[in-house]
Amino acid sequence: MSCEKAESLLHGYLDGELDAVRAVEFERHARGCPDCTRELDAQQSLRARLRDADLYAPAPPSLRRNIRERLEPRPDEGAASAPRPGRWRWLAAAAVVTLLATVPWLAFRETRQGTSEGTLAAAALDAHLRSLQLGHLTDVVSTDAHTVKPWFEGKLSYAPPVVDLAAEGFPLIGGRLDVLEGRTIAALVYARRKHVVSVFVWPAENAPETAPRSSVRQGYAWIHWSHAGMRYWVVSDVAPAELEQLARLLRR
Amino acid sequence: MEPVEAQEGPSLLSDAERQRFEQLVVPHLDSAHNLARWLLRSESDAQDVAQEALLRALRFFPGFHGGDPRAWLLKIVRNASYTWLESHRRAELSEEFDEERHGEPAASPEAQAIARAERERLRDALEQLPTRFREVLVLRELEGCSYKEIADITAVPLGTVMSSLARARRRLQRILIGPAREETPHEL
Repeated sequence: MSCEKAESLLHGYLDGELDAVRAVEFERHARGCPDCTRELDAQQSLRARLRDADLYAPAPPSLRRNIRERLEPRPDEGAASAPRPGRWRWLAAAAVVTLLATVPWLAFRETRQGTSEGTLAAAALDAHLRSLQLGHLTDVVSTDAHTVKPWFEGKLSYAPPVVDLAAEGFPLIGGRLDVLEGRTIAALVYARRKHVVSVFVWPAENAPETAPRSSVRQGYAWIHWSHAGMRYWVVSDVAPAELEQLARLLRR
Repeated sequence: MEPVEAQEGPSLLSDAERQRFEQLVVPHLDSAHNLARWLLRSESDAQDVAQEALLRALRFFPGFHGGDPRAWLLKIVRNASYTWLESHRRAELSEEFDEERHGEPAASPEAQAIARAERERLRDALEQLPTRFREVLVLRELEGCSYKEIADITAVPLGTVMSSLARARRRLQRILIGPAREETPHEL
């Protein structure tokens, strides 16, 4: 491979966008070419600088509030009653019909899943927020799965699966003990850009395998599933699609 | 999909659709604001444009049939930002930035000061880039978009994303290395 060709592939390589054959070709060239190695190092350090510089500009609270106001009433609050007076008074009759049609379903869903799923969701979100507020993200700080996993030994009656997903954009930060539904369980902490993701894992006790289900409340997303004898609840303020991606990675 | 001109006022979304909007689109508010902020180079304008884009998205939502909601929203944000730039782009854009920069808190421990200096240096360098270059870098490095998503959001062929990124990064490097600030016209 010529340096010219390698240079054109370098950015695709850096971004993990080359297919395996071209990535191997590039690596083979770069190993024997000081110029291309230097350029790759320079680009990697530029990327690291950009990522470390805290340049991401998340939505300020005022914007979030404005958008929330435009979306009122919150669907789960308004579902059981007729539309509230005010902003949504103009709701067309068609919308009201749709609303009435969804009420029995929503009520059914609430009674069926409300107790276990709803309380668990609230508990998981509370635990996540508590860890952020108390500055108690982790009891063991390590990006190494082989350090985090043994740390749980003797503290729990089970061994939570611990994997590092740094290469996939979810670097492991560490782990801590947390309490959900009155039992002590493992919480693994991952980073996603500047966000923190809590992954709660505990034994499923004969629970059937369930596919990931995600939901959103109060600006937080969560996703939960059962897999290989373990239940997983994942909570964060990242987009649900990113939690779905994490769920896929954890189920591999 | 390019949004069509929308009617005034909120759309008649059903409750279920509104809930779906809240689940699929609202979680990408940070992404919307981040892209607007970097395209407009202004926090306050970004907030206005991001809000407008979200409301526009709410009106267009009945036309959203699956696909990646973040890319869908970012396309709308990008359109709104470019429309804004075309009608507002004036000399005071850069002055706004000086004000903002001087408005930041001054005193802090040394390490924080160094980190902030580095951040400002990178921010300045990014802001000196032409908008099209800044756009691909922000989508890739800050937003973590794949090439396919970038192609989708910026309406360019997939094959040109890699070369745009290569040019943008080389240019950013030059600005950062250059002893004197490279004066780049703020072309679109």
